[in-house]
Amino acid sequence: MDTRISEADRLRDYIRETRLLQNRALAAVAAVLLLAVAVLARLLYLQVFNQEHYLTLSQNNRISVVAIPPARGLIYDRNGVLLARNVPTFGLEVIPEQVADVEATLTRLSEVIAVSPADVKRFRRLLKQKRTTRGVLLRLRLSEEELARFAVNRPQFPGVDIVAGVTRDYPYQASAAHAVGYVGRISEEDLDQLGDSNYSGTQHIGKTGVEQAYEGVLHGRVGFEQVETNAQGQRVRVLQRTPARAGRNLYLNLDMRLQQLAEQELGDNRGAVVALEPATGAVLALVSQPGYDPNPFVNGIETGEYQALQSSLDQPLYNRALRGQYPPGSTIKPFVALAGLELGVTDAQRSTFCPGWFQLPGQERRYRDWKQEGHGVMDVTRAISESCDVYFYELAQRLGIDRMHNFLAQFGFGQKSAIDAPGELAGLLPSSAWKRKARNQSWFPGETVIAGIGQGYMLATPLQLAVAAATLANRGVRMPPRIVAAVEDPLTHTKITQSAAPLHVGPAVTVAHWDTVVAAMTEVMHGERGTARGSGAGAAYKIAGKTGTAQVFGLKQDEKYDKDRVPLRLRDHGLFIAFAPADHPRIAVAVVVENGGSGSGAAAPIARKLMDQYLLPSAP
Amino acid sequence: MNILEPGYKKPVRGLAQRLHLDIPLLTGLLLLSAVGLVVLYSASGQNPDLLLRHAARLALGFGAMLIVAQVPPQRLQEAAPWAYGAALLMLAAVPLFGDQAKGAQRWLDLGVIRFQPSEMMKLALPLMLAYYLGGRRLPPSAGRVLVCGAMILIPVALIVKQPDLGTALLIIGAGLFVLLLSGLRWWIIGAGALLAAAAAPLWWHFLHDYQRERLLIFLNPGSDPLGAGYHITQSVIAIGSGGVFGKGWLNGTQSYLDFIPERTTDFVFAVYGEEFGLIGVLLLLTLFITVIARGLYIALRAPDHFTRLLAGSLALSFSLYLFVNIGMVSGLLPVVGVPLPFISYGGTALVTLMASFGMLMAIHTHPRKPV
Repeated sequence: MDTRISEADRLRDYIRETRLLQNRALAAVAAVLLLAVAVLARLLYLQVFNQEHYLTLSQNNRISVVAIPPARGLIYDRNGVLLARNVPTFGLEVIPEQVADVEATLTRLSEVIAVSPADVKRFRRLLKQKRTTRGVLLRLRLSEEELARFAVNRPQFPGVDIVAGVTRDYPYQASAAHAVGYVGRISEEDLDQLGDSNYSGTQHIGKTGVEQAYEGVLHGRVGFEQVETNAQGQRVRVLQRTPARAGRNLYLNLDMRLQQLAEQELGDNRGAVVALEPATGAVLALVSQPGYDPNPFVNGIETGEYQALQSSLDQPLYNRALRGQYPPGSTIKPFVALAGLELGVTDAQRSTFCPGWFQLPGQERRYRDWKQEGHGVMDVTRAISESCDVYFYELAQRLGIDRMHNFLAQFGFGQKSAIDAPGELAGLLPSSAWKRKARNQSWFPGETVIAGIGQGYMLATPLQLAVAAATLANRGVRMPPRIVAAVEDPLTHTKITQSAAPLHVGPAVTVAHWDTVVAAMTEVMHGERGTARGSGAGAAYKIAGKTGTAQVFGLKQDEKYDKDRVPLRLRDHGLFIAFAPADHPRIAVAVVVENGGSGSGAAAPIARKLMDQYLLPSAP
Repeated sequence: MNILEPGYKKPVRGLAQRLHLDIPLLTGLLLLSAVGLVVLYSASGQNPDLLLRHAARLALGFGAMLIVAQVPPQRLQEAAPWAYGAALLMLAAVPLFGDQAKGAQRWLDLGVIRFQPSEMMKLALPLMLAYYLGGRRLPPSAGRVLVCGAMILIPVALIVKQPDLGTALLIIGAGLFVLLLSGLRWWIIGAGALLAAAAAPLWWHFLHDYQRERLLIFLNPGSDPLGAGYHITQSVIAIGSGGVFGKGWLNGTQSYLDFIPERTTDFVFAVYGEEFGLIGVLLLLTLFITVIARGLYIALRAPDHFTRLLAGSLALSFSLYLFVNIGMVSGLLPVVGVPLPFISYGGTALVTLMASFGMLMAIHTHPRKPV
């Protein structure tokens, strides 16, 4: 290649070459100007014609709206004892974008804090869903020690953060759990149902009990914060803030002293206790034994733990007070007696002879009295106080099932009580119409006979028994049971008392008939031969009560029930209803002790303790 | 006497003349430096340390400019082959002895100073080509164009391997500008352009993965707005949201909330566009164009072919920085790591650029020898 300067190069037209070079330089000027115009056109396009579009994009970059969840209302008993509270909690979250190797981080984290397989499982599930753009929760409720250990090792864990939050706590644990209920993590279905931005920052929602029934009162109003965030998603400053409005506090009618006494008295027995204030329907105690600790449910109970609760023979998760349906047994007798008196089928003087059995005209079958040898001559008072079956067999037979049904319905049997808690069942108050509809069968007279002593089809929940007792105490005024007494504004502390209108006024029973039945029920407790005289003895006030025993399995004709020969779980349920003081009732109680054997032995003593506690302030 | 005529001498020699400074060019450069400091103060999140370091670089650059301006163009011409040879040797030494930084090997440590031979090549190549072509019959013959092509491609190949695509591009530019200014015949230009286009698949083959990704993103910016396209998406949002009047100095949300990547360096123009709007951009562009125009004016008035070619190539190289950077930040060009001179923070490139302005001043202010 020729790189030397040749002869031709020396013979140059210098002027011409200079002109060429200068022309090229001028062309370069033109090119530069052309490029400048192109750049300007682009900037004009961006900054003038599309400014609004890009401004919106930059605003969206900058501003994010963060929900501020409101503090959930607290729950107190009638004396101000705190039953449900909010406690600060520290959890651990992982921000996946900031963690290079999630698996390795999990392994190393488990050396510092306890990470259970369940935690890892939930973490992976959340990681997949990833509703939020921020961190994914790995652990909840770190202990103080774990918190300290993590804080020391924090530099080793970029992208892992402690998150402070608030969680629900039930200091009384299993006590009153069935009444108060619990909150749990909001599920996808919950969110779909709510479909409402009011829950955008909230993690928990009432799942059962008062927590569920009063969700709207307890939750409060969500607040919002317009936050300026930088590219890393960190908050730079707050632009605008609408504070959250805390949920309102609840004061329950529940008296924890009464509640805990009832729980303690039931002990290891399965059963339920409901205590009401007859005049208002206030629920003073609502016990379903055994209970359960609601705290593990708040942030997701572990599967094993839940299965243990579910599969337990004692069914601790089952709210017997609202959902347990038992044959009312002899506790139905005062109501049947009242029906007989009021409908003129019998009167206070009329007597029946009890030979120990009853027979329908023209039928072979003998309906046995619980007392094999018979009670002898029975009037209505003695029939109640001694719980004579034969008297009520006969009375029921003369009333007929439909008249009985219509009369008893006025005491709340066979229908929901309208208590302010979810899940109650209606029991069953049979009638010929019901049987035709439900079973497509006609009613047999023998079924009326056993309905007179609360056996057969008839079923009632402990709550219904308590409502019936309270209605009796009110002489016909049936109040809806109320667990919540008042709603309190957390800021002003003004309380709004919740009052309810009676559900039913009546039956318009002749005063003398009320007196007769109440007197007979007083005889149950205080009479010489009263079935619950053991529990009425020594009371400083008059109690009106009625025992009952519900058969768990049917006895064959002429078969005798022998407590000792029957397996524990097939033993009779012990039932008892009462109200006191008999003349000015302030408390009505229903007690059911499953497989307790008898009402007088298992249930009545518990009711007596409750009434003492409630009516005698000095009682221990 | 015609001022364009060689041998023309200005009647008055002031201080600027004696220091070989060109006042219009100097004024433009000082104004650009001032704008740079103002923008960087905002872009750095009002970081005075960064500002001080940048000011120090600028001072170093102006120093280099002053020194280079004292060298008569005659000396530059004589030194051109030596400078080119030395730069080439050092470039070849980089893969053998160079330091790694950020996955690329660009630096050479000579004990006393540590520098990038590729920066030296930015000046050495136009010097060499201007020397080679200026001393020969113009327009250059096809054979000499091929020689020039080899002189360009050898260093470029070494730089691409480092890898430093931005610098390679600028060096190709500097070389091609000399060729174009030397009166290269249009058919050669056309053939070269066709050849380059035909070789496109070959280029693709030599590109690194990240470079290919950048190209793909440029062709389809919406394909990955949170990943590889994030930079360009955010910088375009910043510029567009600035509007006509801008959001105001220190008020660029895209900037101070960290949405603009590399906002003190390669993407500083996005910060400027966001805060000062179209009006600010117009002013800045005018300033840049003025400086380029002055450079080209110096080329027009240069006394001989060597200086004419050198001055024109240096001025056009400067404009290449400008258009590549703004084109990339505003989404007109794929992302190539080219800073915006005087506004972007730091860089050895600034010192090299200032040295080139020193040469321009030298060309304009040293007494001309008659042909």
